[in-house]
Amino acid sequence: MKKFLALLAVIALGVGIIKTLDNNVSFPKYGEAVIESRVSNFYIKKNVTEENSEVLFGGSDYETGSANFVTSIVANYRSFDTLGEVTVLFISAFGVALLLGSKEQKRLELNFKPNFMLQVGSRALFAIIVMVGLYISIHGHLTPGGGFPGGTIIAASVLLLYLSNDKFRTNIRGFRFMQSITGALYVIIGLVGLFVSGFFLENFLGTGIVGNLFSAGIIPIVYIIIGLKVGSDFSIIIDSFLTKEVSK
Amino acid sequence: MFNTVIEVILGLLLLFLAYKAIDSKELIKSVMYLSAVSMLSVVGFALMQAPDVAVTEAVIGSGMVTALFVFTLLSRKGVKR
Repeated sequence: MKKFLALLAVIALGVGIIKTLDNNVSFPKYGEAVIESRVSNFYIKKNVTEENSEVLFGGSDYETGSANFVTSIVANYRSFDTLGEVTVLFISAFGVALLLGSKEQKRLELNFKPNFMLQVGSRALFAIIVMVGLYISIHGHLTPGGGFPGGTIIAASVLLLYLSNDKFRTNIRGFRFMQSITGALYVIIGLVGLFVSGFFLENFLGTGIVGNLFSAGIIPIVYIIIGLKVGSDFSIIIDSFLTKEVSK
Repeated sequence: MFNTVIEVILGLLLLFLAYKAIDSKELIKSVMYLSAVSMLSVVGFALMQAPDVAVTEAVIGSGMVTALFVFTLLSRKGVKR
C-alpha cells in the first residue's frame, strides 16, 4: 500500500514536471533550441568581445584557440569558477584528512586477502592507467575530458594499488606537497595574467592554430595543473579512508 | 527513429535499475545497480552529444564511487553484504 502510494506520488510529480516544462517559451523541444538567441552562442563561436564569426579547425589567432569549446569555457572564460571548484576539492580533502588523520597510521585490515596474480596484474595496469589519466589531462583542449576526469583516473590507479595489496601505502607527503604546489601555481598563473594583460586569469599567451597540441595559450597548462591537483586531492582522501590510527 | 527507440529503451532501463538500487536488500547488489545506472547514463549523455559529461560520469560515477563503495563494504566487518 505504501509503495503504491509512493508510485502514485512519483507519477503525479513526473506528469506535473513534464506539463510545466513542455513547449514552454524558456524550455523548447529537445534538440530544437535556437542557439543564435542565447549567450552560449558567443562561447560556441569563441568570440565574446568582437563580432561573431565562424571558428574553423586549423585557423589561427582566435580569442581562445581550444578545439573543445567546453574546455574554452571551463579553463578560459569561466576560469575563476574553476579556481573555486578546485578550492572546494582542496577543502574537502583537507577536512577528511583533519577528521580521519593522526600522527601514526596503518592500513585498515581487509576482510579478503588479495592473491599474487591480482597484485602483479594491478601493478602492470597501474602504469597504463596513470598514462591515460595524464593523456586526458594534457589533451583537454582538443578532446573530451580534461583536468577533472584525468585527475580522477590518476586517483583511481592509486585506489587500484590500495585494493590489490593490503600492506601498500602511497607517499602521502609527496601528494600533500603536489596539492599545495599546484594550487599555488594556478593562482600564480592568474596573477601573471593580471600583471601582463590587466585581468585575473587572462589568457596572456598566443592562442596558436586550432587543433595543435601546443595551442590555446594557458588552457593546457591550467588543465595539467588541475589534473595533478585533483589526482592528489582524491589520493589523499582515499588514503585517509583506508588507514586507521595505531591503537596503543 | 533508431535513436529514439534506443533512448526510450535506455530510459526505461534506467528507471528499472534505479528502482532496484533502492529496493534491493543486500548492499553490494545496491552498489552494483547504482554502477549500472551510471554506466547507462554515460550512454545517454553520449547519445545527447555531451561527450565531456559522459567522460566525467564514466570516471567518477561508474569508476571511482563504485570502487570506493565496494572497497568500504568489503573492509567493514559485521555489515550484511
